[in-house]
Amino acid sequence: MNLKLDKQTFWLVGGVLALLVVSSLIGWVLSLRTAGDQGRATIQNLNARIRAWWMMVAIFGLAMATGGIGSVVLFGLTSFMALREFITLTPTRYGDHRSLFWVFFIILPLQYYLIAIKWYGLFSIMIPVYAFLLLPIRSAAAGDCEKFLERTAKIQWALMICVYCISYVPALLSLDIPGYAGQNGKLMFYFVLVAQISDVFQYVWGKILGRHKIAPTVSPNKTWEGFIGGIACATLIGAGLWWATPFTPWQSAGMSLAITFMGFGGGLVMSAIKRDRGVKDYGNLIQGHGGVMDRIDSLCFAAPVFFHLTRFFFT
Amino acid sequence: MTRTLLVVLSKLVSGANIRWVGCAPDVRQRIYFANHTSNLDALVIWASLPSLVRELTRPVAARDYWIKDPLRRHLANKVLHAVLIERKKPTVHDNPLADMLAALGDRHSLIIFPEGGRQTATEMMPFKAGLFHLAKDRPDVEFVPVLIDNLNRILPKGEFLPVPLLSSVSFGAPIKLEAGEEKTRFLERAQAAVKALRQS
Repeated sequence: MNLKLDKQTFWLVGGVLALLVVSSLIGWVLSLRTAGDQGRATIQNLNARIRAWWMMVAIFGLAMATGGIGSVVLFGLTSFMALREFITLTPTRYGDHRSLFWVFFIILPLQYYLIAIKWYGLFSIMIPVYAFLLLPIRSAAAGDCEKFLERTAKIQWALMICVYCISYVPALLSLDIPGYAGQNGKLMFYFVLVAQISDVFQYVWGKILGRHKIAPTVSPNKTWEGFIGGIACATLIGAGLWWATPFTPWQSAGMSLAITFMGFGGGLVMSAIKRDRGVKDYGNLIQGHGGVMDRIDSLCFAAPVFFHLTRFFFT
Repeated sequence: MTRTLLVVLSKLVSGANIRWVGCAPDVRQRIYFANHTSNLDALVIWASLPSLVRELTRPVAARDYWIKDPLRRHLANKVLHAVLIERKKPTVHDNPLADMLAALGDRHSLIIFPEGGRQTATEMMPFKAGLFHLAKDRPDVEFVPVLIDNLNRILPKGEFLPVPLLSSVSFGAPIKLEAGEEKTRFLERAQAAVKALRQS
């Protein structure tokens, strides 16, 4: 998997770095000017998020620079950490121990291996078909029937969200798009950028204008103002980046809209799960962001849809 | 070298979130007493201490388990500097309490599991009397309650392959044997102090 580092890639990376520099400056100015405990706490959280963004961009950039394999490894590790957070919060029983061992050490690496060798026919069905059928067999053989369906469903869900869906991000590198050979790295960058910047704008618009809550019982931070502002900004930015993708500006706007909608939905669903389990964040790995799962919930839901839309219409 | 490796490995596998809730890490003499749910317990508590404190802290462990094969023997004796005690048939010459007091000396700290064996039940077993006798003999030592959470799902009893979930180790506020306090009362209070960390 050799990816060309062309001029457009440098524009994309340079744009993101410029954005980070600007946000760091804004964060610094705000930290000097804000008074009051609540305001200061918000700004502290904002600055922690910006610092974490530097880190995440650096890691992602490094993975991109190593070509395809670095990205596969990076998202494989991301899956591993997300899965660990997810299963930690999900009650399973002793009878699931061996199944969980398979999940972590056989199914997860196998999925990313299939992505690395670009075997679409198998990576797209391995978890929904084979893992789906084999794991409950292993759990049933362990002989514990208590809450069996519930436990089985939870493990399958964890696999689908944390492994299957996330693996669609590096799977973008395997798409054979006519006239775009060797440039798929930009497509992956575009996808992650639109999904994440939509989260950022939803957060920012929500903090500035947010009044009307969308689903107060699920997530008090999600407001109509944040939703509309975030999706509009991210779609505009996505449309403006059409030159780095195989899409026309209008197509790019449509794709960005799909990414941001799915991303928003992902955040909502993962919030509902957290709320049900009585926690605020999935973990505490990333300063200001909570856990890995808190950061990638939007990617999980958007990646498979973006992949299949692109595959259907452009290959 | 082996020590560093073991510390890093146990932190990676356990993903332990280390919480100093009721006290700060300190090199003063302490007895850390914890709930016991997994073979990894002693290792993870030991690894979660800062290195200066770790150097002075010795886990107390069952001799029958740790002398079974050369690897365990090496880990227990050379790496963890464990205090191996007889839990099945204590005699006058083979008395766990005397061994623990000797190991404590005037500068070491201990990690002990007053429930005795590892538990599969969700409820904690009643604490054994050893903790009370230690408290009575060494009033100068701090008794720190420790709660280990989720480690039993990482390596349950009877399994040898760990599933790398996330766990947590919480250190509570030290407790003291009150003047004239009875054995059962003290042991109940000690257990309550461990349980209370679940809500903190």
